[in-house]
Amino acid sequence: MPTLPTHPDFLWAEGEPKRHYDVVVVGGGGHGLATAYYLARNHGITDVAVLEKGWLAGGNMARNTTIIRSNYLLDASAAIYEHSLKLWETMAADLDYDVLFSQRGVLNLAHSLSDVRDSKRRVFANRLNGVDAEWLEPDEVAKIAPIINISAGVRYPVLGATYQPRGGIAKHDWVAWAYARRAADLGVDLIQQCEVSGFDVCGSGDGRRVSGVQTNRGPIGADRVALVAAGHSSVLAARAGVDLPLQSRPLQALVSELLEQVLDTVVMSNAVHVYVSQAHKGELVMGAGTDAWNGYGQRGAWHVIEHQMAAAVELFPIFARAHVLRTWGGIVDVSPDASPIIGLTPVEGLYVNAGWGTGGFKATPGSGWVMADTVAHGRPHALAQPYALERFTTGALIDEHGAAGVAH
Amino acid sequence: MMLIPCPWCGPSDENEFGYGGQAHVAYPDNPHALDDEAWGRFLFVRENPRGWWQERWFHSAGCRRWFAVARHTVTNEIRAALPEPT
Repeated sequence: MPTLPTHPDFLWAEGEPKRHYDVVVVGGGGHGLATAYYLARNHGITDVAVLEKGWLAGGNMARNTTIIRSNYLLDASAAIYEHSLKLWETMAADLDYDVLFSQRGVLNLAHSLSDVRDSKRRVFANRLNGVDAEWLEPDEVAKIAPIINISAGVRYPVLGATYQPRGGIAKHDWVAWAYARRAADLGVDLIQQCEVSGFDVCGSGDGRRVSGVQTNRGPIGADRVALVAAGHSSVLAARAGVDLPLQSRPLQALVSELLEQVLDTVVMSNAVHVYVSQAHKGELVMGAGTDAWNGYGQRGAWHVIEHQMAAAVELFPIFARAHVLRTWGGIVDVSPDASPIIGLTPVEGLYVNAGWGTGGFKATPGSGWVMADTVAHGRPHALAQPYALERFTTGALIDEHGAAGVAH
Repeated sequence: MMLIPCPWCGPSDENEFGYGGQAHVAYPDNPHALDDEAWGRFLFVRENPRGWWQERWFHSAGCRRWFAVARHTVTNEIRAALPEPT
């Protein structure tokens, strides 16, 4: 009888949840795992559980297109995304785990005169904020990505691009596993198939305070609760009596079959709306905007895929012969200003990190870093301050819609 | 692609429509009487349920009229389509 291969070592130990924790993190995606890891490593808070209703990193962490960049227009955005990019640059060493972070550069194409002006403005703003950014003319674009069609005869010609050489992609699963493994090493409990159904909140009005969560595996007490649940954030927050200004929409992505390497950078176009990279194995990985309507079904409509394929084939005629291998959808929580909501809530002890919309993967380390600091000290981290829930009362929005090449 | 029952044109493909989000959000009777928090809630906070809710669609490639439907946000099942009162 042949000998079966032995199971590789588990990266973390599964256990039963304790009855009480100092901090409970609701949501075992990238942001939740990073939050737990930095709570333990940066702040010495190790009495922490991450509660995940499905399996670790099985939501948007497994469904995104892994693009990493920090070339946002507005100061608050550039600050938090650049903080995150710097953490990406040291992540493999910090976590002692390869995450295949590849700084292959990100091109954001411009297709109209207003695109060109907005792009150059963003390049100047980026430089003032210490973010690497260049403006490239079409012939320079072609040197970096020769397969892009830069001829003037197409419906939306390439008039140039912004270029962030430090941007790139990473291996999403490995990122989650690296954070999970190191968090578990430091004493964090990772509890899968543990769905939070409600919150224990005592008091009323401004005196409300969270004391734990209700789950399918019984009640779990907590001094502090960090809600990091992406598409389901508003549904969960409502159970704690907190209304979040979020709308949850399907966001689709797809891959081609494995192809020879033809594209060694990331190309994004908001105007014709597609973004493309080629994974290490050879799949073309593509995405575009959300489906228009609210939905929790983790699937979108075919005409949205068709639309982004039309854009991709116009930009990259060579792709016309490629085949779509697989499409899928995730649920993204989009805020009114297309920026995240990070910080305190009207319920004492309950913290929220949500609203990353279509751009959360790149923020994984930075988001976890500032969230952990916010929870540890009970006040917003300096980089999180502009992202407080109160901005929807004060009107101090961080309006990244369109302004920064944020694709929605 | 969803088949959306326009109350005037009959069932039509989703890509003939624009989306309007939550239905029946009334404009405040007296906006000047609202404090910042209430005005912010009116501007920014909408329902976002997992399950049934009522939403607006605009038949931009058809009759160019707004209407409301009840749709389940997980299954996409659509029930009654009603002209939205103006």
